[in-house]
Amino acid sequence: MARLTIDDLKKIKEKTAKDTSLRHGKASIKITVHMGTCGIAAGARDVMNSLMNEIAQVDRQDIRVVASGCMGMCSSEPNVTIEVDGEEPIVYQLMDANRMRQVFKRHVLLGEVQTDFALAKM
Amino acid sequence: MKELSLHILDVAENGINAGADRVRISVEEARLDNRLKIRINDNGRGIPADLIQKVTDPFYTTRTTRRVGLGLSLLESAARQCNGSMHVESVPGKGTTVTAVFAYDHIDRAPLGDMTGTLISLIMGYPDVAFEYIHSVNSRRFELNTVDIKNMFDGRPVSDPAVFRKLRTLLEQGLTRLKTNED
Repeated sequence: MARLTIDDLKKIKEKTAKDTSLRHGKASIKITVHMGTCGIAAGARDVMNSLMNEIAQVDRQDIRVVASGCMGMCSSEPNVTIEVDGEEPIVYQLMDANRMRQVFKRHVLLGEVQTDFALAKM
Repeated sequence: MKELSLHILDVAENGINAGADRVRISVEEARLDNRLKIRINDNGRGIPADLIQKVTDPFYTTRTTRRVGLGLSLLESAARQCNGSMHVESVPGKGTTVTAVFAYDHIDRAPLGDMTGTLISLIMGYPDVAFEYIHSVNSRRFELNTVDIKNMFDGRPVSDPAVFRKLRTLLEQGLTRLKTNED
């Protein structure tokens, strides 16, 4: 019988990982931090870092974080858009590290839209 | 911008928005020569020769969501007010290199600031882009390459909490060591 090599094991691992990720489905929550020049100048980096620290504390594989450019609403930056599968995307405005923590804990984890910070439904 | 690291975040994003999948950032603190040099190189689609003169014009932008484009204009004015300068070199189809030079001890030079925060934002916000970071202070160097980190974790995504924690520790320790050790 042929011996299993490290490469074979890696291939098996990759295949299993792929299969299980398909089974568990794709990301169901997408969080976009808008980081154009305006967003960065207004503090989007702190928002992004606070979001990453929150995510590191929960074991969720279905949350995807992306950075994107300016939406054209520079005066309300930093903006964060949260899209939960099957619901309308919510854009939050004038975010900071604390607001981001609250939105993550309430809206992303518990599904309660934080209307106080919301700019719009899209 | 209050910190030079925010300019770096901004310019690196320009490259990614231009389709780059590799971004190389270098920060060179030549304190003995009183010079701080920042270079951001990407392999995006580049800037056509007829537009390269316009990139520092705040009222020129290719975007359609608003009518001003401030990123490179802000970096240029930050460099100029510190007896420095900014250059943009670009080869269409190959990529763009932005270089900004500052007088290190100039009173108007903004601090480099939270480089860890900038790199974490870039690496986490754009998981498909490969980032290389080289920071030198006089003769000491710190290097980080996201391809190495991904290999170290056997291809696990950077969003994985274990990878994220390792990345943050590497950055924090490396940059602190760079700052505190004396030559």
